[in-house]
Amino acid sequence: MKQTSIIDIISPVMVGPSSSHTAGAIRLGLLARNIYHEVPDKVTFKLYNSFARTGKGHGTDKGLLAGVLGLNVDDTRIKDIFNSDIAKSIEYEFQYLDDFNRHPNAVDFIFEGRRNMKVSGNSVGAGEIEITKIDDFSVSLTGKYNTLVLFYKDVPHMIARVTNSIHVNIASFHCDRSAKGQDASMCICLDGEVSQKVIDFLYMLDDVYMIRYIEKLES
Amino acid sequence: MEKNISTFDELREACAVSGKQIWEIIQTQEAEFAEVSVDEIRRLVKRSLDAMKESIKSGLKSKEMSISGMCGDDCDRLQKRYEKENSLFGRTFEKITTYALAVIEENLRMGKIAACPTAGSCAIVPSVLIGVSEDLGISEEEQINALITAGVVGRIVSNKVALAGAVAGCQAECGVASAMSAAALTQMRGGNIDQILNAVALALKNLLGLTCDPVCGLVEIPCVKRNPFLAIHAVTASELALADIKSKIPLDEVVDALEQTGTLMSPMLKESSQAGLATTKTALDLKEKLFK
Repeated sequence: MKQTSIIDIISPVMVGPSSSHTAGAIRLGLLARNIYHEVPDKVTFKLYNSFARTGKGHGTDKGLLAGVLGLNVDDTRIKDIFNSDIAKSIEYEFQYLDDFNRHPNAVDFIFEGRRNMKVSGNSVGAGEIEITKIDDFSVSLTGKYNTLVLFYKDVPHMIARVTNSIHVNIASFHCDRSAKGQDASMCICLDGEVSQKVIDFLYMLDDVYMIRYIEKLES
Repeated sequence: MEKNISTFDELREACAVSGKQIWEIIQTQEAEFAEVSVDEIRRLVKRSLDAMKESIKSGLKSKEMSISGMCGDDCDRLQKRYEKENSLFGRTFEKITTYALAVIEENLRMGKIAACPTAGSCAIVPSVLIGVSEDLGISEEEQINALITAGVVGRIVSNKVALAGAVAGCQAECGVASAMSAAALTQMRGGNIDQILNAVALALKNLLGLTCDPVCGLVEIPCVKRNPFLAIHAVTASELALADIKSKIPLDEVVDALEQTGTLMSPMLKESSQAGLATTKTALDLKEKLFK
């Protein structure tokens, strides 16, 4: 059985009013920020369904922006984020959409800057989140584990080459590709930490286009 | 390592075998599972307790409205009443109800709270735990012990039912918060383990079927006022339990009933705002004004 802690029951300490629509939004923003890994020039937030309809009243828009700017779930500056100096560093825009093929609390982050990137995710309840897509690759990131994400060319032995160099227990493993021999992605959730040396080594592997080491979020 | 305690019967048994209190057993077990010290577990519990105290303090001082403008100034109203007039039940009742409004209103104005177990039910445990502690002179260590016991009550229920209105209605949010508070209160007043678990059963039993039908889909109506109501509900459960009044249905079976009730509850009444208070004429008018 999945182990819940009493600490999960009596926390998080967060700014209100909703764990799914506020804390979840902030955590999605934080994780998207870790994935993009640079300061963007502009972020467009596409909010879907319940996020779009009740987001304003729950401060979902403020939460998403605050997360992208690196503010944590208990940061009381979030309430006034639109007027704060921190928010002046980037350009941002919100779009409110209905799409019933998407999760009730879904969001896309469209990052523009030195490189462009689209990150999609859902707030799945009680502050829990999942990032489901980076650009066109499906991934599975919850912020609960340190995670390695690799984009690479779909060639034989790639998984073995990567996992052989990680000396940490793997909690979950998720692969996807656009087509045989084309672009592919790997998403590896880890029980421990990976050193910069390992990350550098992986990046040097043939056929690896991009690598991200995404640290888990504070609980 | 000991087996994880997943039912209330197992918890009662573990207490009986070891002769220890609920919080003693649980803090040790939590530390073992997380591979940290007991002190670290208590530090994390204190972090929530401190956030609760802070949220009471800031909530009492503010009457800023929520983003929607529907709620936010009721705590101020209640405080003004108690400045002029005493409540029927004395000072502790006044504290619990005003603290509950203070915290839940702080939540809706995007203030800092401890979700316990959720944001929409975040005022029930702090108002009871802290309001009573102040009046009875309960030490911080004992407050931490009480919050550990409240936490394990929520944890054991959550083994069977997700603590989310969208899954099982408000019985699983404010209902469970009230049961957690009843446990904390009964322990702080010196109740034994049977009395603590009976308080939980009595509180939960009387909230079965509570729906989640928020107006405009926001954590405001009826959530704000429900928090002080269910805080006092916890006191009633604790008072009965301290008199050795027993729930005729054992606690684990009450939890089963809660799970079944949650499953049978229409999805229209589970945080989707498709029925109940959310679709009354006035609620629909408010919605139109808000989202025009």
